[in-house]
Amino acid sequence: MFDVIFLQFLNGLDKGAAYALIALGLTLVFGTLGVVNFAHGALFMLGAFCAVTVRMLLTMETVTIDPEQLSPWGSPLEIREPLVQAWLGDFGAVLVNYSVPLSILITIPIMLLVGIALERGIIKHFYKRPHAEQILVTFGLAIVAQEVIKSVFGPNPIPQPMPTDLRGAADIGAFLGMQANIITYPIWRLIYFVFAAVVIGGVFAFLQFTTFGMVVRAGMADRETVGLLGINIDRRFTIMFGLAAVVAGMAGVMYTPLLPPNYHLGMDFLVLSFVVVVVGGMGSLPGAVAAGFLLGILQSFASMNQVKAIVPGIDQIIIYLVAVIILLVRPRGLFGRRGVMEA
Amino acid sequence: MTNLMSRNDLLLFAGFTLVVLTMPIWLAPFGAGYPDLLQRFMIFGIFAVGFNILFGLTGYLSFGHAAFFGVGSYAAVWSFKLLTLDAIPAILFAVIISGLFALVIGYLCLRRSGIYFSILTLAFAQMSYNLAYSVLTPITNGETGLQLTLNDPRSLDAVLGQSVAGQPVPNLLGQPLSGYAGFYFCAGFLILAFFLAQRIAGSPFGMMLKAIKSNQTRMQFTGFNTRPYALSAFVISGMYAGLAGALLAVTDPLAGAERMQWTASGEVVLMTILGGVGTLIGPVIGAWLIKYFENILSALNDQILARFWSFLPDGAADTMVAITGKFVGDGWFLTLGLVFVIVVIFLPGGIMEGVRRIAGMFRRRSGSSPATRTQPAE
Amino acid sequence: MTLSTRGPTRRRVLQTGMAGIIGSGIAPMIFTKGAWAQEFCNNPTGDTVTFGLNLPLTGTYAEEGADEQKAYELAIAHLNGEGDGGLLNVLQPSALKGNGILGKKVAFVSSDSQTKSDVARAGATRMIERDGAIMITGGSSSGEAIAVQGLCQEMGVIFMAGLTHSNDTTGKDKRRYGFRHFFNAYQSGIGLAPVLGQEYGSDRVAYHLTADYTWGWTQEESMKNATEALGWQTAAAVRTPLGATDYSQYLTPILNSGADVLILNHYGLDMVNSLTQAVQFGMRDRQANGKDFQIVTPLISELMAKGAGESVKGIFGTSNWHWNLQDAGSQAFTKSFGAAYGSPPSQAAHTAYVQALLYADAVERAGTFYPPEVIKALEGHEFDGMGNGPTIYRAEDHQCIKKVLVVQGNESPTSEFDVLNVVQEIDRDTVTYDPAIFGGDLGPAEPVPMCA
Repeated sequence: MFDVIFLQFLNGLDKGAAYALIALGLTLVFGTLGVVNFAHGALFMLGAFCAVTVRMLLTMETVTIDPEQLSPWGSPLEIREPLVQAWLGDFGAVLVNYSVPLSILITIPIMLLVGIALERGIIKHFYKRPHAEQILVTFGLAIVAQEVIKSVFGPNPIPQPMPTDLRGAADIGAFLGMQANIITYPIWRLIYFVFAAVVIGGVFAFLQFTTFGMVVRAGMADRETVGLLGINIDRRFTIMFGLAAVVAGMAGVMYTPLLPPNYHLGMDFLVLSFVVVVVGGMGSLPGAVAAGFLLGILQSFASMNQVKAIVPGIDQIIIYLVAVIILLVRPRGLFGRRGVMEA
Repeated sequence: MTNLMSRNDLLLFAGFTLVVLTMPIWLAPFGAGYPDLLQRFMIFGIFAVGFNILFGLTGYLSFGHAAFFGVGSYAAVWSFKLLTLDAIPAILFAVIISGLFALVIGYLCLRRSGIYFSILTLAFAQMSYNLAYSVLTPITNGETGLQLTLNDPRSLDAVLGQSVAGQPVPNLLGQPLSGYAGFYFCAGFLILAFFLAQRIAGSPFGMMLKAIKSNQTRMQFTGFNTRPYALSAFVISGMYAGLAGALLAVTDPLAGAERMQWTASGEVVLMTILGGVGTLIGPVIGAWLIKYFENILSALNDQILARFWSFLPDGAADTMVAITGKFVGDGWFLTLGLVFVIVVIFLPGGIMEGVRRIAGMFRRRSGSSPATRTQPAE
Repeated sequence: MTLSTRGPTRRRVLQTGMAGIIGSGIAPMIFTKGAWAQEFCNNPTGDTVTFGLNLPLTGTYAEEGADEQKAYELAIAHLNGEGDGGLLNVLQPSALKGNGILGKKVAFVSSDSQTKSDVARAGATRMIERDGAIMITGGSSSGEAIAVQGLCQEMGVIFMAGLTHSNDTTGKDKRRYGFRHFFNAYQSGIGLAPVLGQEYGSDRVAYHLTADYTWGWTQEESMKNATEALGWQTAAAVRTPLGATDYSQYLTPILNSGADVLILNHYGLDMVNSLTQAVQFGMRDRQANGKDFQIVTPLISELMAKGAGESVKGIFGTSNWHWNLQDAGSQAFTKSFGAAYGSPPSQAAHTAYVQALLYADAVERAGTFYPPEVIKALEGHEFDGMGNGPTIYRAEDHQCIKKVLVVQGNESPTSEFDVLNVVQEIDRDTVTYDPAIFGGDLGPAEPVPMCA
């Protein structure tokens, strides 16, 4: 029994890390800019498609058609020659193998640009508008983003293999000195967890220990006063939006080996991430992280057969049920402040 | 408040009735004059009018209204299965059940406001959807959807000695409700729903709801308990959704869980905003436009586009087909998203605000009173 | 428009049929759908006849939908006498002439069903009411198939199901107006179990993960029955929502559950995701009860095998058809499809193509589009040459009875399409069963309902 619970706990941490990571970016934007960003899921999806694009470029092939030979289905045989390997030899093969982690390097500048362009182009004009309109315009943008991706990459998911060395499962039980082969967990999911922890820690450290972060935090608390001190808070907020986009994009990249991305990926995560943010309390960074882990772990445990035997169907609704209970018991979520988003 | 309708209201109502009833005629040239789409125009019109009673008047943004729509559908189909194939009992049953459901959910959700309210409604709706999809399968028939079968009990019909040959279909006093009969049946309900909404908006109750929207705290300080008013609006709006769901089951007797999903709730929000929140006619127009886009744009394919652009020289025509092709067919959602972004950015009051602005421009030009910019609805 | 005359006699139908042929080309097809103009829903009066293709172009089964669309376009071209004629040349017996159907050119309209029953039904309604579709076909999920065939019974329009594998489609939810060429879960169980017994022995413990809808339930039941008959035990059967993406919380409980076989009752993207993730959890490297842990995918297609990549190697499942079968029909279809689209067809494409041809053939044999006559022509019809050997459209439940394939993931594929090997062809007698075991009621063909 212990092994089952331990495994589900690991699973919960892993899911929680994914939820927390995506909720973190959402909260950053809300906390700094006061904007409810329904396009956040779309940013996650765009990040995932950065990985897809990188892999497509790395695996480009020359196609020569040999009309003499026929394939078994009757069309002329195509001979494919991978380009990167042809140019770079074994190093090219390594590049292809590690395309997912490598694409993070390219995702960061791209998502930063996307985020800044979005903020300067559209979001900026919505600071003073009602929250309902912010929700609607960002929701519209999310639709546009996903449809553009759909028309470029098609509606079907595009699998992104993880590096061969990182496939399969690690024997954590043996590592902790238990019997072998009892507690094993996929290596990539462990990497995802560590990655999420590092990013979350990084964001907190950035806000806590740098001057930039200090100004932003001051701006979150009292924007006008900071402005009166002659600090250009707007520019910093733009950068914060870009940062949130980068966090979402990186989360998307790292998620691709677990789930082949398609255009709808963002919408699938959107509702969930909003529930996480609201349960944590709008605008609270620790709240978002705590709620992410809480909901991830609860969802994992609710999926256990023993639990489902007592409450059938609980695995399907646990997240929403917990959200309802928390919101009814604690009016502003776990760590919410009074008066935020209540009108 | 007088009991008689003001002249403007009466005109609006008469005009609306006329437009609705003549739809099969004036929509035919636009390729939308077929019963299934017309029925959907009516049904989603009712849904949007009802949604506007809550969102437009009180400002509470519900992200879970599809749940009431779905409950209405299921209730209606169960009435067809257990009681009778007649539509009237099914509709009554559906409205009552969805009203009760809205009462429970509204009572809980209205304890919070703002985004917390929205997320609560969303959570309840998603729970309903997920349960309907899984463990409630005995009631909802899961993914396949609840259908009528020959061996349903239909106890009332059995008592009256009515039997069916072939696939059972809903009827009204023995008259089948498919095709245009179904359209006029739904149109009657839309007109009635519109009339009621008009009366509600103009009544002291409606004033109270608008006051909740403008400043709830002030209302509470003056000694009003606002919650019963908001709850009434929530329940009425839920009953409208149930009515729409029931009508969808009347015209097509299958109830599927998808109609309860959050995207369905999102759709009615889009309809209302696109048309114009807080106006009476706006949400209906929004619903019609979205359903029209969904059915007409999505059915356009490259062949039709090629015919449309055939007046251009070959190369240009092909380019235009390739470009426009991205916006129609299964890309129609892109068009919707773009239209939506543009409307929210430039016309926060929706299409109705656009109409008012244009009307205002004409009025200015003709030299009469300057156009007053109406309060943008949020 | 609903006060129509009901139940025309056969004589009147033949008369109007003749009148229709003689007077064809006079009335434009659309917007002349008055009750006086026709005796049954969408009686084609012009010189074309329209098929309604209901295809999941987005959603969980989108890849199958896209492949079905290609197949239908090919079938329609062949019916109209374009292209190389494909399977028209090998269908035995055949009444097809390659000049359309009853001399009318075949056209089509299509609708994206999004792999959702509700949407599929709305799309079918639209194609029947607005576009005048004489027949609805397609779909890649049993939920869709059952919802749409109910609608077609209501409207009096024939439905030729695409890919649907649930026992219910021609079992408890069978309809007089619905026909299925694809095999079903019960037949998968009968076909697959002996091979599993042979490969994995008779004392195994199975753990099922099941897509939570009609097809998943019937397949779980069929696989349970078939494997328990072998002597296997069932550790647990867990339902997962259709379209789920992360299966980790359903996979971890399997690891130490005492099970040594995982049976994935998933299809489409669900299968691609659950299989890939199960392999990531190290299931195929594990030992349980002193045996190698195994994964079984009772229904699999080359599209899914392609999506799952490495993970599918060596895994057993069943298929309706596979492109590298060596009979004349399969070869003809593969060549024809390959020449048109540059890739071999999937089983979804095959069943879609065959269904279109069978409908056209039945209309030719009936000599009319009048649905009850077409239904009679299809019921009990014996044919051959379509890639599955001699086949019968059973009159009792409208299920095609034919060979079933047991397939295995290819260990060393020579191309990206060469992902499955046909291990065994289970002959038709073995997979024949008594239609009464699933109950259901076809309902009447006449009086013909009138659509609007």
